[in-house]
Amino acid sequence: MSGSDVKDAKARYRRVAYYPGCALEGTGHAYNRSTKAVGKALGLKLDEVPNWNCCGAMEVKNVDPKIQTYLSSRVLSIAANEMHASVVMAPCNGCYHNLKKAEYDLAKDESSREVVGRISEKAGHATYQAGQVETIHALDWIKHGIGEGALRERVSNSLKGLKVANYYGCMYTRPRHIFPEKDKGPGTESTSQPHFMDDLLEAAGATNVDFPLKTACCGGAHTLSDSDTSTKLVLNILRAAEAAGADVIATECPTCHSGLEMHQVRAEKVLGEKTSVKMLYFTQLLGIALGLSPRNVGVQENVSDGLEALKEKGLA
Amino acid sequence: MPIHEKSLIRPENIKTQDKLVLEGIDVSGHWSTFIETRVVSDYNERLQDEIAALPGGEYIHRCWQCGSCTNSCTVNAVNPDFNPRYWIYLIRVGMESELLRDKDIIWQCVSCNKCTYACPRDVFPEGVMKATAHWLELKGHTPKSRSTMFDEEFSEQVIATGKIEEGRIIRGFFARSAQPLRQEWLIEMGKRLARKLPIKLGMLMGIAALIRPRTRGWGRSRDAIASYVGEQEQRQRKALNLPEPGAK
Repeated sequence: MSGSDVKDAKARYRRVAYYPGCALEGTGHAYNRSTKAVGKALGLKLDEVPNWNCCGAMEVKNVDPKIQTYLSSRVLSIAANEMHASVVMAPCNGCYHNLKKAEYDLAKDESSREVVGRISEKAGHATYQAGQVETIHALDWIKHGIGEGALRERVSNSLKGLKVANYYGCMYTRPRHIFPEKDKGPGTESTSQPHFMDDLLEAAGATNVDFPLKTACCGGAHTLSDSDTSTKLVLNILRAAEAAGADVIATECPTCHSGLEMHQVRAEKVLGEKTSVKMLYFTQLLGIALGLSPRNVGVQENVSDGLEALKEKGLA
Repeated sequence: MPIHEKSLIRPENIKTQDKLVLEGIDVSGHWSTFIETRVVSDYNERLQDEIAALPGGEYIHRCWQCGSCTNSCTVNAVNPDFNPRYWIYLIRVGMESELLRDKDIIWQCVSCNKCTYACPRDVFPEGVMKATAHWLELKGHTPKSRSTMFDEEFSEQVIATGKIEEGRIIRGFFARSAQPLRQEWLIEMGKRLARKLPIKLGMLMGIAALIRPRTRGWGRSRDAIASYVGEQEQRQRKALNLPEPGAK
């Protein structure tokens, strides 16, 4: 982003439409809680999209991709036409990806426009038109809405000494054609070497380890239908983080996060492969750095014992 | 000139004579190794069109066989037989019988989209994998995979209520795929969670399991999606020359 765009984003991201999605009401509850807590602590406002629906996750597209486009477009339509919002923020990689994909398909593909228009009309709501709102991830929201400088000033419980492996997963960067704002040079996110989470956690005092599997796949799509493959993929990620010297893996997606937690347990129980690295949402880590209590950011809701890692470093 | 396919040469087609003398020269053992002549006559000339008629397969014709998809593939790293580039080749030349040798693993694509990211021709190999898995099931070559069962369980819940509840998805999926829900590792996870979980959140999750979360006023969306799904099913069956569902 150029100088004026950054200033512009600071104003635009101060108050955004919030799309938590299904996972954040279930297994990813801690992510929901910590996102809201961090927003509050930083003075960023969230207005939840009223009466939202599922974006289609990774499953509906396998039945028919255009149904997924419709599902995501309905969320965008409410944000644009009922809330009159200009920005919608989704912390879940799956939701973020699907809203972005719907935006792309509606801008580029006539048949997607036709199907979405037809279903929206029958469903009795305004059809979303590409370009009405901007979809961002929780990382964009804090990175551009606050920035590392201002974040650094607000840190009261520095994550100093905590070694973090930043794990972004698949859907935050792939496929790149649906993220036209990425790979635009300095200040923008990179699809091959994403760094927004690294930047924010570094500003919070953490040490980011050199982690080669930032965008490796955790097998989330087949976490239950092909568990053996997922366990192998997760074990690769956990082992790589440990080899890089990480105390915790920072996550920014509820599916990745619960996948890492689930298959860490499964690897131990089924394969006898024990790993000890802990998983925490990046919003939980930021919250801790901002002086919030572990309970306030839902650390006790995680399966992996993040509290232990925080206590070891004197952060909780 | 077709791409030389090592995988088309099988151990049973490699012949070696233990004792062989040709024109006075001893070529016994290794020196007489040859590959049995192989004639392929059962090309399915419609195969590429059929895959292209299913969602995700639309751009298969763009492939120029560079291999970036297989090279970047997450599943290939775990199982070298998982080879998207090769399957796209087989589909494009219509070698259905060769494709069917791998029918039981094609569904294992994890949709990480590394192939789609790497593909220089915008083939969207991830979509082609899904279309191929779908084709195998529609044609009756494979039973529904666990992945398809999961997708259907999930999609049915979304279409019915606009939302999902994870506990319900897990229970529904295990029932549909006839697996016991009491997996040791799932129980262990539950235990670890229960040790620390605040009572209030535990109660909220219990309530969500009893009362399905739903989007208000979803009925019209549900009906509109359902009618679109029916329309697409019909179109796909027609493209694959399959009888109408229910017809004999």
